Amino acid sequence: MIAYPKLKVEGVSKFYGDPSAPVVVVDHVDMRLADNEFVALVGASGCGKSTILSIVAGLQKEYQGVVLVDNKEVNGPGRDRGVVFQSYTLMPWLTALENVEFALRATGTPRKERKKLAMDYLALVGLDKFSERYPSQLSGGMKQRVAIARALSYHPKILLMDEPFGALDALTRRHMHELLTALWERHRMTVLFVTHDVEEAIFLSDRVLIMSNQPGRIKEEVVVDLPRPRTHDLLTTPVFTGLQQRVLTSIREESIKLAKLDGLA
Amino acid sequence: MAYAEKQAQSWKKGRSGFRMSVRMRNLVLALTSFTALIVIWMLITGTGAVRPLFLPGPPKVLATLYKTAMSGQLAADLWISLWRIMIAFAMSCVVAIPGGIMIGSYKTASALVQPVVDFIRYMPVVAFVPLSILWCGTGEWQKYVIIFVGTFFQQILMVQDCVKRVPKELVDVGRTLEMPEHQIMLRIVLPAAAPGIWDAMRTTLGWAWSWLVLAELVAANSGLGYRITVAQRYLQTDLIIGYVLLLGVLGLITDQLMRGAEKRMFAYLGAQ
Ligand SMILES: Nc1ncnc2c1ncn2[C@@H]1O[C@H](COP(=O)(O)OP(=O)(O)O)[C@@H](O)[C@H]1O
Ligand SMILES: [Mg+2]
Repeated sequence: MIAYPKLKVEGVSKFYGDPSAPVVVVDHVDMRLADNEFVALVGASGCGKSTILSIVAGLQKEYQGVVLVDNKEVNGPGRDRGVVFQSYTLMPWLTALENVEFALRATGTPRKERKKLAMDYLALVGLDKFSERYPSQLSGGMKQRVAIARALSYHPKILLMDEPFGALDALTRRHMHELLTALWERHRMTVLFVTHDVEEAIFLSDRVLIMSNQPGRIKEEVVVDLPRPRTHDLLTTPVFTGLQQRVLTSIREESIKLAKLDGLA
Repeated sequence: MAYAEKQAQSWKKGRSGFRMSVRMRNLVLALTSFTALIVIWMLITGTGAVRPLFLPGPPKVLATLYKTAMSGQLAADLWISLWRIMIAFAMSCVVAIPGGIMIGSYKTASALVQPVVDFIRYMPVVAFVPLSILWCGTGEWQKYVIIFVGTFFQQILMVQDCVKRVPKELVDVGRTLEMPEHQIMLRIVLPAAAPGIWDAMRTTLGWAWSWLVLAELVAANSGLGYRITVAQRYLQTDLIIGYVLLLGVLGLITDQLMRGAEKRMFAYLGAQ
């Protein structure tokens, strides 16, 4: 029995600008992700989701609070946390296969095993047939699937995803949701998934954390008690739409609050 | 399925056919403007409006070039000039590329180097000529110095810019993999910046030709630039024009060669 969460974020704050007149972007955020839990972090654009994710990833140096993985404080980036970014981050000069091998090489997988392992992970995201293609020859959805394969290939304890499907068209995005859900249902792991797409957040996750704007705080938590395996038929069920309404209302309150702050309402 | 495939294929065929015709069209257009230039040149000289001493006609220029080539002088001039530009340009690249990567990656290095580079960059290269002669005489090193000064300070800033434009997220990928700094440099930043760096090299090589000729015009006893000054002394306008044209052609050829290599080396970027 594990007494501590897989990922624990405690009192994390982040401000920009002059310390005497700081612009607080993230304000005392606490999060606990259990082992093998899929948690979505939603909020309007600019509320600080990416900032939180990059702090957890260790890519931000300056912040207050602590991040613990397996109850050990982490400082700086590490192989225990795999990251999938919103922008396309495949190395353009490497093929899909080589991109996965790149991560395996950096994390010390022996040369002989790399190719086969990389191929296995490409197959996992359904891209084994495209292994020889360069990123410029892949669609946006394919690129993100390779990025997922790359992040999974070295077995991080936690997968961090920052709007990985944000740049994709609606149809491809739905396809990605089903692929990711199926993948996760077969190979469970701890995931922190950042998005502003409420449907996406509910469909994928076990729990949705809703953020407030200015400063970014976690204002509400919604447990997604929907059965798995999940398919897109779920989207039209009353339970799903009910949850969706609840989360949307909560986020809308934030934008109304913001509009008032800006003197628009 | 078969239908869709056929469609795709015919579309592809159509597209590449279209591309070919665009290329052909551009070639024809380029040839047209060159021909027009030559025709104008022939008209001016043929009507006797300008004295041949000032502007000889194309046949005369070609004949002189041919004669110079046959005597072996052209090859000798060409070879020494090519050698100079190769050595000096290589020296510049060897320092500018690592230097540019350093100042593009580290704020301290940039703060240390950039002000000086900016300063020197704005000093006219031409003004360095007397100094270079004072320091190096009229030997080979004087040519190297002029070409180096003319290209290096531009190159290093261009390389820095290429490095700065490498997406931060690519570097972040390396960091999340816990790659050591030097590996991030070597295996992410350098290849990501490579296409831009190559392009900068191509551009600066074009400029290097000018600095070469400058150095040879003022102090040399060999090379294309030197031959031009000698020709001036003997009022051989035909030879001057021939060599100037030759320099243009050389520049064009090296540029095309580098573009060709670029297409090959960076084919992974796809058609853009
Ligand atoms: N380097 C920076 N300097 C100042 N403000 C920043 C900087 N980076 C982000 N911000 C601000 O922090 C806020 C949160 O950004 P971000 O975490 O990217 O939001 P989200 O991912 O939720 O859209 C935004 O309002 C943004 O303008
Ligand atoms: Mg964001």
